[in-house]
Amino acid sequence: MGIADFTFYVFALVVIAAGFFTVVSRNPVHSVLWLILAFLTSAGLFVLMGAEFVAMLLIIVYVGAVAVLFLFVVMMLDVDFAELKAEMARYVPLAGLIGLVLLMQLGLAYGTWVTGEGVELLDAPQGTPEGAAHNTAALGALIYDRYWLLFQMAGLILLVAMVGAILLTLRHRTDIKRQDVLAQLYRDPKKAMELKDVKSGQGL
Amino acid sequence: MDVLLSEYAPILIFLALAIGLGLVLILAAVVIAVRNPDPEKVSAYECGFNAFDDARMKFDVRFYLVSILFIIFDLEVAFLFPWAVAFPEGSMVAFWSMMIFLGVLTVGFAYEWKKGALEWE
Repeated sequence: MGIADFTFYVFALVVIAAGFFTVVSRNPVHSVLWLILAFLTSAGLFVLMGAEFVAMLLIIVYVGAVAVLFLFVVMMLDVDFAELKAEMARYVPLAGLIGLVLLMQLGLAYGTWVTGEGVELLDAPQGTPEGAAHNTAALGALIYDRYWLLFQMAGLILLVAMVGAILLTLRHRTDIKRQDVLAQLYRDPKKAMELKDVKSGQGL
Repeated sequence: MDVLLSEYAPILIFLALAIGLGLVLILAAVVIAVRNPDPEKVSAYECGFNAFDDARMKFDVRFYLVSILFIIFDLEVAFLFPWAVAFPEGSMVAFWSMMIFLGVLTVGFAYEWKKGALEWE
């Protein structure tokens, strides 16, 4: 067993363990931390498959941004652990049923899986061939040119997310004083203050 | 494939070292350190008075807005990477589609600036 195989099995085991603990952790914050571990190790698996760009994206976007978002969500919930435990016990039968159905569907899909005549299955991913375009460059040559429509739609989705987030969460308070930069800049000293020459001993 | 993996070998070694060192430090603390807890030692300490409140409190939804806006621009930058790498061989279609993409997101940026979503009151 080579180092690559060994690394694969280590990463795969860690991913599965982290996913398991994400589900069973009592504390939601711990769940999020296990989820981050799962993201990181799947980034390692992507590197083993030769998909470097996806691996780095997983770290930047999922670990860097989405996990932080999850932490915020978890902290915004008013978590009551005792209540959470009671709820869990109530939903176990339903959740078990759904899990069983999913498992059976997976089994059905696997049972009817046939490979066409003369098709060889690769036992390991092949990665980028020698001399071919680099991973990121190959993606760059495809996304912006051939799939420009999908790319523009991604941009529109991001725009909608931005506008939606602002519309849903932005509440401006009206009972406070704000800084108005332009008003400050255009303030005229002559109108704002008055200099008076006070003679000594007389007062105003 | 093997070339690619051998390029990542230093990172793997660093990863193994980091995990190993972390485990050694934690286990050393568990095995060697003297532990003699009493209720006063393990209680929460907050500048001399008892803690006022639980640490698990709700916090403002505006933090969430900031992080969502961060994710959106994070993704925008993620789209810029392959474009920049493929730029020398890229076509005019690729160039202008990225310009339109950036334009659309700039519209969103102008919107959030105008709305004051980037201001903290």
